Amino acid sequence: MTTEAGGSKAPAAWEPKIVAFICNWCTYTGADLAGTSRMKYPPNVRVIKIPCTGRFDPLFMLKAFERGADGVLVSGCHPGDCHYTAGNYNARRKFTVWRKLLDFAGIDLDRVWFSWISAAEGGKWVETVRNFTETIRAKGPFREYGEMIDVR
Amino acid sequence: MSDRTAGIRAIAGKWLQEGTVEAVLGWEQGTYRDKTAPVLVRKAEEVDRLVFNERCTNNLMTYLKRDPVRSLSTVGIVAKGCDIKALIGLIQESQVPREKVKILAVTCPGVRNADGKRPVKCAACDVNTPVFYDEIVGEKIASNPDRAARFRDVEALEAMTPEERHRFWREQFDKCIRCYACRQACPLCICSRCIAEKNQPQWIETSAHPRGNFAWNLIRAYHLAGRCIECEACETACPADIPLMLLNRYMAKVVEQSFGYEAGRDPQAQPPLRTFKLDDDNSFIL
Repeated sequence: MTTEAGGSKAPAAWEPKIVAFICNWCTYTGADLAGTSRMKYPPNVRVIKIPCTGRFDPLFMLKAFERGADGVLVSGCHPGDCHYTAGNYNARRKFTVWRKLLDFAGIDLDRVWFSWISAAEGGKWVETVRNFTETIRAKGPFREYGEMIDVR
Repeated sequence: MSDRTAGIRAIAGKWLQEGTVEAVLGWEQGTYRDKTAPVLVRKAEEVDRLVFNERCTNNLMTYLKRDPVRSLSTVGIVAKGCDIKALIGLIQESQVPREKVKILAVTCPGVRNADGKRPVKCAACDVNTPVFYDEIVGEKIASNPDRAARFRDVEALEAMTPEERHRFWREQFDKCIRCYACRQACPLCICSRCIAEKNQPQWIETSAHPRGNFAWNLIRAYHLAGRCIECEACETACPADIPLMLLNRYMAKVVEQSFGYEAGRDPQAQPPLRTFKLDDDNSFIL
């Protein structure tokens, strides 16, 4: 067991931990817009920038869950707006099968969100993060995955 | 000696004699009566080793990715209709040039697993008489496929709650010893360096604990989505009896429903995860 510097401090209240894989060109810029516009949104989201949703690999999501994420958001350019023309269309097919596979394996799909958020949609970013955080908060921590390491 | 075995030997002998192929890949009698083993015949005088019977269950296309066969300029392959589906997938993905492989197709009334039972793939078979080949032996057999047989077990699992499914897979994956026999047996698991072997960073935990097993088994199934031709080689090879075909068939079902595509049919077709349509399902994306 590790102890914090304070020693006898009570454990901090649980806060949802959300990992967001967002594309450089649209959603990241949209999140930036939310920031420069001084819009407030929950600090529970950890942003990881990827060049395109086409770069998203399902292993990113599994790794996030392994390291204790309670929810994973993947977001990029709207269909038709991809900086690389078709990265998001290709990604959409991958999302379709991966999401179904997670469901088949019994992973709660409410913890896995996908969205298209453009560079101009700072408001949609704020709203999505807020809704997702509240959904996860209501569900509680996602221990099933990360803790599957225990030996029978 | 059956007609099919005689036919295979005649054509394989002719090909080797004429130099059409450098070697012929087929089945030979195994050490035990009920088993066959893969054999690479390089000389015309050795064609008598080749056999065909209902124990020729293995899909020999998996040897196309192995160095001894990969280094050949031309190879003949004895293949059932189901095995040829795997070759069609490999041709689609430019893994094997069509002109490198001479297909010695054999009509097949169905094979048997080690336990003597007919596999699901035989009940659902619609290629008892292969349709894509260079030469064919054996009398033609009309197919009477029970297509619903493919998804019967999948549907039983779909009817469960997510919690029940999670428990089910947790129990199944707990058995996994991470021997990767599923990957080795699969004709379509073709990466020379698998993601499971990469350790900088290590994407898939290598220890056989439930979390590492979950990642491995899900990613294996995901990488075969829209590609698996349901030959059941992975499940047959699995020493832990994990129902891997449940995952593969579920992926096949999702791909059929979402993209209207079935693997291993048309060598010219574009695999579904290498292409897209503008009006693909968008309903789950905010």
